[in-house]
Amino acid sequence: MSSSLERSRKIRTAGIYAFFVIGCIVMIFPFVWMFLTSFKTVEESMMIPPDILPKSWQLKNFTDAMASLPFLALYKNTALMVFWRVVCAVVFSSMAGYAFAKLKFKGKNVLFSLVLIQMMLPSQIFITPQYQMLAKLGLTNTVFALVFPGIVSAFGTFFLRQAYLGIPDEIAEAAYLDGCNQWQTFVKVMAPLTKASMAALAVFTAVFAYGDLMWPLIVNTDLNMMTLSSGLATLRGQFSTNFPVMMAGSLLAMIPMVVLYLFFQKQFIEGVAMTGGK
Amino acid sequence: MASVQLKNVCKKYPNGYEAVKDFNLDIADKEFIIFVGPSGCGKSTTLRMVAGLEDISSGELIIDGKVVNDVEPKDRDIAMVFQSYALYPHMTVYDNMAFSLKLKKTPKEEIDKAVREAARILDLEKLLDRKPRALSGGQRQRVAMGRAIVRNPKVFLMDEPLSNLDAKLRGQMRVEISKLHQRLGSTIIYVTHDQTEAMTLGTRIVVMKDGVVQQIDTPQNLYDHPCNKFVAGFIGSPQMNMILADAVEENGEVVLKFAGQQIALNEDRAAALKKGGYVGGKVVLGIRPSDIHGDAESLQKFSKSCFEAEVRVYEMLGAEALVYFDIEETGWVASLGTSQKVAVGDKIRLAMDTSKIHIFDNITEKTIVD
Repeated sequence: MSSSLERSRKIRTAGIYAFFVIGCIVMIFPFVWMFLTSFKTVEESMMIPPDILPKSWQLKNFTDAMASLPFLALYKNTALMVFWRVVCAVVFSSMAGYAFAKLKFKGKNVLFSLVLIQMMLPSQIFITPQYQMLAKLGLTNTVFALVFPGIVSAFGTFFLRQAYLGIPDEIAEAAYLDGCNQWQTFVKVMAPLTKASMAALAVFTAVFAYGDLMWPLIVNTDLNMMTLSSGLATLRGQFSTNFPVMMAGSLLAMIPMVVLYLFFQKQFIEGVAMTGGK
Repeated sequence: MASVQLKNVCKKYPNGYEAVKDFNLDIADKEFIIFVGPSGCGKSTTLRMVAGLEDISSGELIIDGKVVNDVEPKDRDIAMVFQSYALYPHMTVYDNMAFSLKLKKTPKEEIDKAVREAARILDLEKLLDRKPRALSGGQRQRVAMGRAIVRNPKVFLMDEPLSNLDAKLRGQMRVEISKLHQRLGSTIIYVTHDQTEAMTLGTRIVVMKDGVVQQIDTPQNLYDHPCNKFVAGFIGSPQMNMILADAVEENGEVVLKFAGQQIALNEDRAAALKKGGYVGGKVVLGIRPSDIHGDAESLQKFSKSCFEAEVRVYEMLGAEALVYFDIEETGWVASLGTSQKVAVGDKIRLAMDTSKIHIFDNITEKTIVD
């Protein structure tokens, strides 16, 4: 009885593991393929059937990628864009989220409905008006242009509002009685209690900003003002694409995110779990 | 420390709901005042108005001779202990207690002295570096007290501070709070729905119902002389037995008839009923469980107020025994001595102590005589 139970449990465990292993392979395969392709020649990269490993490991692809793109500028622009989008999203979403969750003011529900509506609409809808605004201000091809759509985040506002709703009013009241004014209550007592949610929002915003292609491609056309994602996209030719060079460039573009991930692994996983992103 | 006065204080919400109606109370310096009443009676709302967390719709709140209706909570010199303790989860016990003084920009040495003194009083010295999540319920409760103590406020406000603790700890903390009051000599306003807390802690108790003050008096007076049926039923555990009875005059005596039984009233109670014109009408008879006796001596002494009962439940509590029985479908309980052997289903004879009978007006529910 017990041995058959144990066997069925073992089979089930093995099944679960097999499922996860297959899942891992499916997820990792594109990265492995990118890595291997970045060392192949153009011919090898287009062979059918393909060879798994390159015949000789071509480091030239990397020097070519670095020669065709101003990588330092791309790194810098991407870093600035991610940094400011994260800072703005966390700071402004915290303030707006706190106001929506804990303050009493006229028109609160109407304003919050607007936030919800903005969340429900696809972001592409806003690209044209946002571009027009920046173009009229003469701010295209600037770092500010890259940051602009991320200054306020409807999702962040909603997300942090939920976090503040989870904090009992009595804590704010205690702070109020202890002598805090509204701003001190927010900064010294309430905001620190949403640290985990703020970290999650920061991670989510950073990942999204890093991968954002459409907006940087539209707003900054000067190669030196592009981000890694939009810069890499320029490697794609109209008639042919040098895949090994492009993959080498992509690999270089991945490095900062991989390093960040290694340092902030815990926050990354918590963030993804909390925001429901993937 | 300070005196607090509430003059005709009302709380009316924008939707028209009146949570507190015409509340009047003078609290002397060093008094321990308890607001007690069932859920939704307005006791917490009144406390929050004193704290400044709720606006006062009309009336005046005076602390130490100064009207403070429009004074910010932080400038009222009060400290509050919340039911949920409301400790700051991201701060250590020390920082929780020091927070208000830091905001006031008190010198560091003074803060340290005040916090350590409060920690010593509350036996929290070893816990100062811990965060609230690493504390037990009782310890958190003490930190909440400590946070109030370090401020050395004029008035302490406590909103059901013990209701999240288990029964044993609640008993211990009740004693601690009582000691603290004696030690600090502070004015305390304490909200609870637990009448044991109310009776044991308060120098005076304010009983509230539906936003209206029913009676303000010392615990003993509330117990002995409740002003109406509600207070009589609310104060005392197990609660007072009550039944509707006919007041009739027979052979020169006033008797109360109920459920086929009758008891004769003593002279002063009879006189009060006659004077009020209640004879010939209906009144509510009330008697506390401890004023019903079953021993032979009492049955003889109160022979004119004896009645029959069939035991439904018998609860042996050690020092006393509670006997439950029905009188005309109304559940009654008597607290008897343990020497009297009683079993479920027994028909027993009981006597009411005639000097302890309470009689209430059937319509206004006000006390006629007690």
